[in-house]
Amino acid sequence: MVRDANGRGLTYAPPSVHAPLGTDDAGRDIWTQLVFGARISLTVGFLAGFIAMFVGSLFGILAGYFGGRVDNLLMRTTDILLVIPDLALMLVLVATLRQMDLHISPLTVLVVVIGLLYWTSTARLIRSQVLTIKERQFVARARAIGAGHVHIIRKHILPQIMPLIVANTVLVLSTAILVESGLAFLGLGDPTQPSWGTMLNFAFDRSAVTNGAWWFYLPPGLAIVWVTLGCILLGNVLEEMLNPRLTTHHLEGEKNMVAIQKQVKS
Amino acid sequence: MTSPPLLSVRHLTTEFHLVDKRIVRALDDVSFDVMPGQTVGLVGESGCGKTTVLMSIMRLLPSNGRITAGNVHFQGKDLLTLSEREMRDRRWKDMAIVFQGAMNALNPVMKVGDQIREAILLHKLMDSDAAEKRVEELLELVGIPYLRRDQYPHQYSGGMRQRAMIAMALGCSPALLFADEPTTALDVMIQAQVLDLLKDIQKRLGLTIVLVTHDLGVVAEICDSVVVMYGGKVAESGSADSVYNQPQHPYTQRLLAAFPDLNKPSDALAFISGTPPRLTDLPMGCRFHPRCDLKIAPCNEVTPPMIETSHAHYAACHFCQGKEAVFS
Repeated sequence: MVRDANGRGLTYAPPSVHAPLGTDDAGRDIWTQLVFGARISLTVGFLAGFIAMFVGSLFGILAGYFGGRVDNLLMRTTDILLVIPDLALMLVLVATLRQMDLHISPLTVLVVVIGLLYWTSTARLIRSQVLTIKERQFVARARAIGAGHVHIIRKHILPQIMPLIVANTVLVLSTAILVESGLAFLGLGDPTQPSWGTMLNFAFDRSAVTNGAWWFYLPPGLAIVWVTLGCILLGNVLEEMLNPRLTTHHLEGEKNMVAIQKQVKS
Repeated sequence: MTSPPLLSVRHLTTEFHLVDKRIVRALDDVSFDVMPGQTVGLVGESGCGKTTVLMSIMRLLPSNGRITAGNVHFQGKDLLTLSEREMRDRRWKDMAIVFQGAMNALNPVMKVGDQIREAILLHKLMDSDAAEKRVEELLELVGIPYLRRDQYPHQYSGGMRQRAMIAMALGCSPALLFADEPTTALDVMIQAQVLDLLKDIQKRLGLTIVLVTHDLGVVAEICDSVVVMYGGKVAESGSADSVYNQPQHPYTQRLLAAFPDLNKPSDALAFISGTPPRLTDLPMGCRFHPRCDLKIAPCNEVTPPMIETSHAHYAACHFCQGKEAVFS
């Protein structure tokens, strides 16, 4: 807390030794808010991401493996969800669920709504992969040895799409964190448990920009960018590690090859 | 032949529904017997329905395939009347299949030993320790060192993969083994190895084998009887001896003539002109008549019945003189 001569907290105090990121319009420390906000942003993002991943993988596998009517039902559901603008639908859902007095915390509502709306692209991705795998001959062989559906999915299909699921989970996590921030910025977060998005919302509401208090709105914004970017880079690396077809050693420049040859000689 | 056949296929008819709503009859009225302990060769050109016969018998047709008529008696039971559950229990335990191109039939991300064990454990024939012992036995039987059980399929050579597939097929000691072109995509040396192995295993285990192949030489070498298929129908069937020495159907005759004789090298290879009929566009009457030299009046109108030309030797041709139409 930065205080003035009278012992009152200073509002919009710029960063200093006592408050590394300055204070907000109510004299609260921004650094503290940023640290505690990470907790909310990441928890909501991760939980929602995992729900989305689980639902998406399940729907994708079921639709791809069984085909026919199951496929039609699940994929048309996916299509319907895909064509409705996410943000508008989420706003309506979150707002309505809040009104309904269900005695669940606002954050839980956020987790469930994001989780249950963001599985569509995953489901399509997994389905297309399952479609190609189930036509491979070892699946026919598994049927021939008398294996049932559960066994085939667990032992022969899941291990093949696991790399895809893992790499995609990280990407969905980043989307979920971003969406959570977006919703919180629009005022749908929990004001008693501020996340990075809620901080941005406060900064916007209380004219941090016109007051020139960049230390109020830049830190949460950069934090969101940083985490999302980190997730995406991690996803790319994971994909490259888990999918040998994406390795590019053989395309690397001649310089590298010479170096390898020298190593071999010495 | 006093003992009842192990597998008896009668009037088997299988149809595929195409995307454009057309229906293709891939098998039409296919009938043949497989005696216990015998090796039966199923030969014919590509697309004549050899693999479809196997898949129909095992009821593993793709989802657009339907068996519309006929029955398949195996050990006295009609397989086509069993429920899916009962059928699943019987697969591999009673009849196993070595797929065409074993490299694709092995799961690339599973250890070979585990894949062999999978079938045994799936049918709960023994506990996991005993199954492991069995894997060891099987690998020894097909000549793969047990050390390599923990390797993945890509670490095996083509011949080894094929042998691993055979080991897998023998896992549950089936009475009947289907081998669907087990030697295609292998070079000649390995082909000979795999065939020797099959022959050897048959002698040792008293197995009944149905061997699907293009290669008449292979059939002559290891089969007791032959079923020649053409355009989804059986053209001729009988013991290997009589089919080779007295082929009745013109198709079989031309097929055998097309096989070059190493002792009398001639300049030109004999061949059958034309191509096999498209199943969507079958000729009337005998399916072979557009390519047949002998065709007479009824050939392009009437489908020739199956006739027993000599003991246990059947042919479907208007030229065949025989006792009477059979399998009716």
